[in-house]
Amino acid sequence: MSQHKRNTKLFEGSLVKGALKQSFIKLKPGVMLKNPVMFTVYIGTLIMLGVCIWIAAGQTSQGSLAYNLTIFSVLFITVLFGNFAEAIAEARGKAQADSLRKTREDTPAKKIFLIGDNFVNEMKIVPSSQLAKGDIFLCEAGDTIPMDGEIISGIATIDESAITGESAPVIREAGGDKSSVTGGTKVLSDKIQVRVTTGPGESFLDKMIALVEGASRQKTPNEIALTILLASFTIIFLIVVVTLKPFADYANTPITIAAFVSLYVCLIPTTIGGLLSAIGIAGMDRALRANVITKSGKAVETAGDLDTLLLDKTGTITIGNRKATNFYPANGITAATFTEACALSSIADQTPEGKSIIELAKLDVSKLNTNGATFVEFTAETRSSGINLTNGTKIRKGAFDSIRNMVTKAGNSFPNETAEQVKVISSNGGTPLVVSENNKVLGVIELQDIIKPGIQERFERLRKMGVKTVMVTGDNPLTARFIADKAGVDDFIAEAKPEDKMNYIKQEQQGGKLVAMMGDGTNDAPALAQADVGVAMNSGTAAAKEAGNMVDLDNDPTKLIEIVEIGKQLLMTRGTLTTFSIANDVAKYFAIVPALFITSIPALQALNIMNLHSPESAILSAVIFNAIIIPMLIPLALKGVAYKPIGASALLRRNLLIYGLGGVIVPFIGIKLIDLFVALFI
Amino acid sequence: MNTELIGVIVTFLLTVLLAYPLAKYIAKVFAGERTFTDFMNPMERFIYRISGIDSKKGMNWKEFLTAMLMINMLWLFYAFFLLLNQASLPLNPDGNPNMAPDLSFNTAISFLVNCNLQHYSGEIGLTYFTQLFVITFLQFVSAATGIAAAVALFNGLKHKTTENLGNFWDIFTKSITRILLPVSIVIAVILAFNGSPASYDGKDSIVTLQGDTVAVSRGPAAGMIAIKHLGTNGGGWFGANSAHPLENPTYFTGMLELIAQMIIPIAMLFALGFYIRRKKFAYMIFAVMTIGMLFLIVPTINWEMHGNPEIAKMGIMQATGAMEGKEVRFGPAISGYWSIVTTIISTGSVNSMHDSSMPLSGMMQMLGMLINAFYGGCGVGILNYYIYIIIAVFIGGLMVGRTPEFMGHKVEAREVKIAALVTLLSAFLIKGGTALAAYYFVQHGNADWAVKPSAWLNNPGNHGFSEMFYEFTSSNANNGSGFEGLGDNNIFWNVTTGFVLLLGRFLPIIGPVAIAGLLAKKKYIPESSGTLKVDSATFGILTFAIIIIITALSYFPPLVLGPIAEYLGM
Repeated sequence: MSQHKRNTKLFEGSLVKGALKQSFIKLKPGVMLKNPVMFTVYIGTLIMLGVCIWIAAGQTSQGSLAYNLTIFSVLFITVLFGNFAEAIAEARGKAQADSLRKTREDTPAKKIFLIGDNFVNEMKIVPSSQLAKGDIFLCEAGDTIPMDGEIISGIATIDESAITGESAPVIREAGGDKSSVTGGTKVLSDKIQVRVTTGPGESFLDKMIALVEGASRQKTPNEIALTILLASFTIIFLIVVVTLKPFADYANTPITIAAFVSLYVCLIPTTIGGLLSAIGIAGMDRALRANVITKSGKAVETAGDLDTLLLDKTGTITIGNRKATNFYPANGITAATFTEACALSSIADQTPEGKSIIELAKLDVSKLNTNGATFVEFTAETRSSGINLTNGTKIRKGAFDSIRNMVTKAGNSFPNETAEQVKVISSNGGTPLVVSENNKVLGVIELQDIIKPGIQERFERLRKMGVKTVMVTGDNPLTARFIADKAGVDDFIAEAKPEDKMNYIKQEQQGGKLVAMMGDGTNDAPALAQADVGVAMNSGTAAAKEAGNMVDLDNDPTKLIEIVEIGKQLLMTRGTLTTFSIANDVAKYFAIVPALFITSIPALQALNIMNLHSPESAILSAVIFNAIIIPMLIPLALKGVAYKPIGASALLRRNLLIYGLGGVIVPFIGIKLIDLFVALFI
Repeated sequence: MNTELIGVIVTFLLTVLLAYPLAKYIAKVFAGERTFTDFMNPMERFIYRISGIDSKKGMNWKEFLTAMLMINMLWLFYAFFLLLNQASLPLNPDGNPNMAPDLSFNTAISFLVNCNLQHYSGEIGLTYFTQLFVITFLQFVSAATGIAAAVALFNGLKHKTTENLGNFWDIFTKSITRILLPVSIVIAVILAFNGSPASYDGKDSIVTLQGDTVAVSRGPAAGMIAIKHLGTNGGGWFGANSAHPLENPTYFTGMLELIAQMIIPIAMLFALGFYIRRKKFAYMIFAVMTIGMLFLIVPTINWEMHGNPEIAKMGIMQATGAMEGKEVRFGPAISGYWSIVTTIISTGSVNSMHDSSMPLSGMMQMLGMLINAFYGGCGVGILNYYIYIIIAVFIGGLMVGRTPEFMGHKVEAREVKIAALVTLLSAFLIKGGTALAAYYFVQHGNADWAVKPSAWLNNPGNHGFSEMFYEFTSSNANNGSGFEGLGDNNIFWNVTTGFVLLLGRFLPIIGPVAIAGLLAKKKYIPESSGTLKVDSATFGILTFAIIIIITALSYFPPLVLGPIAEYLGM
């Protein structure tokens, strides 16, 4: 899989500048209202502004103007920090998407005009922005493809490194499952005609940018549920603060408005409230960094819940093609003779299997005497191929039954030990190729699927996450089982037809499971649509891309594994920061509550366990801590909490310790340090 | 070891020991398996027939709650009417008068909601008729209502996907005929043999050691005292509740009453495990609740046994511990134990005056009621705990990177909303009520009421604040114990606590049953290794942490102004 990542620094100068500006623009009440927690901080800030004006006008019961102005400023900064977190996440996502989009802006396009029912060679060069959906354009070697589209005729090699970062060219051709081309990529050879599949501003990237910018961003189900929980905590603390007024009156303690507002702002979960939307955007952004375009935030979230992954064998679990792994000469044949025969039979064989036989033989091919030899091509009828040397020797290699027929027809017998070997190879998931010389069996070659290095560990990791992996293959059940066992997948679908995938998905879903699959062909489209997370390869057909809810620009079948982790990270980041935010309140209570009542109930000094300087400095320190913790956690919100596949209970323990216990302890230290600093001024 | 402490430990162990077989029996009753009480069958069928009930018909959560609320409303009017007119009804040998409207309102609600907050004294406030047909009757049906609601939750958890939470009438009736009635009879007989009165003869008179003749109130009390504990009701026959020598004559009856009040809450927990076949889950909850209980009980007993530091400062020996407000026949250890048991499980019966407990013991009693889920009331304790579980599942689920699930069902916005509302409600009722009381006390102390707000409190300062806070806490938790020292029989307290009682009872039943119904309807998701394990110790710790942190954050300021300030000022 490709490991290239577009690494922009977390806080890039230009992005920060834009985000700072956005933080102020987002102060519009309508925008603020979307986040109930931060909206109430906003109201608190306005109240403090009013109090400051009131004091300026001569009110004396509310403390000094400087102190109130400081509280007001800190609250205002708190609101700005929340906005900034969202803005920087948006800016990063947008920059990422823009860099992808930039490649395709205004490239000249060779548009073909349709006259009557026929395409004629009337061709004009127009800017790509003038291409509409359904238009047809021509691309020749050296051209940059102006728009996303589908090849309607021709075949070409294309350099897709602009979007995938993979420098090896790929082949795209009309018909079949590899007919899609992407704007911004470059044709290296040949000529293709392409039909535009998306209008300007409608590509998946455009849609994703709209999602990131917030124009069409909707809260995901988990985000809504969390917002409700946070809102209820906010109301609980509103009740705490409102009822404190009569309680304080009972205790004959005057409490200033600044103290009430500060206590309130400190208690409500501003940390998670300020970072919540940034976390969601960062999730989509991380997907994009993995070169996956998501069509909704919900898809990323769902990915974290996946129970079952359907993976194609070829390309995901095994390296594309089979390889020769062993030569088994028949009795009485020396290894050297057999190896040479094998090499000879494959000299003209350009298939990957043939090449792998030459590789395994480790002979210098040029030294073999093939002058004047004729090569026998593989045909569906003979199901064998080979070579006829000038000395009359005929060497053939082929499937077990076709060679057996040939040999027995010539009156020779098929050696038992070779027949045995053939069976052993088959049951080990390999493919046997029998080699004969002049209708006598020489031995058998074993071809094996090569399982990708490291794939077992990845499946093990998935298993620990609770995700079941299913291998989809056209192989017979025997071979499929062998490879499945070897690669460590949990289940397999052998001799799979497109509808088998669909049925499997439906069956899993009936059992309440969430299923993901990756596909590229038009016949994959229904299954992609049925799957909870359908990842279409960017090289796939337009139908497939339309049906899925993610598009993988790298066409990398192992990408599903990364997507699951991104989804889990997203949910975990929300959960851990919520825990952290709530746990922080313990220390804030110990800072503020003694401060409020210490004048009337001196005994409460015992609760001032942080030994803060004065009531004012205690309140101020708590509010400042509450504000600066937001920007300090932005990197975590953007990068996400690291996911470790160690099982749910262990993971919960770990996160409870770090973010729960840590969340209790950190503010005690933080507030004390700030207080030491603040005390210098009060 | 100190014999007083041994008494406490033996009482608790006996409770758990007896709860286990009872739990097996309860699980069998509601699963419809054969039990030795099947001889009640014809009687139940007779009740269903005359009431026109089809006891086999399943109910979804809405139907279940509708049935429950309807019948509860009916009982409310019935009780209110009888209390208003009790003087002219039979069985009134002591000639007690009708109850005032505001007090009847409060009393009817208080017993309907299983709270048994008493702003009257039984000796003069009620007649034998209303003691039996209002008080004792409501003590049975309110306990059965709680059990029925819990069984609805069990049914929701038992099946992979179902809309059927069981038939309310069937579960409710069987709760009485199979559980409450038989066990009460046993307890009542033991109590009667140990000296609790069971007589219809009216007041008796005795000659005291000083030679005075004193009239002693009696009545058919033993049966009522049995169900008062078994159903976690707590309302006493006599004003002094289980501190009264006839209501709780000996240390042995004290143990019996302690076991009686705690046995069903614990048995319901075990029964959950048997009924839904997830014993480990039930034991995990039991462990969390027991640890929570110990956190409250151990320091309380310690403080009470060490006596009052203020008295110690005067140089007075307190060899027997803090004895103010305690009965000599019980002593501080079992009294401290009782004060926590009665507050965590919403009984509210008392064998000592909580007002006289050490300040921090008083806080422990308040915490018991604020949490209200360490075992909790008859049936409803599990419902309260369920709300905490939902919140823990939600936060914990996110923390392991999955959409939160509980027992194979996704916890989504709607369930979180209900759980959040229920959590909010307690904070709102308790602190809103206390704030209102504090407001009237401070701003309108001399309002022209029958009892002036300024005359409410027997103690000024922090302790007075605790009295008010305790009263609303007790009402919201449907506990019913009082800090006393509060002039609570007047229109303000009768009406405000009346509303708090109603809301604090029914919303926390409606919420969890609704969540159970909503979740049970959803598609079942099989567990995987990525799923949060709700029967693991880690999840238990998370739930415990959530309980502590929600309670601490919601109530820190009033606890500081009440008991903590009082303690620090000592």
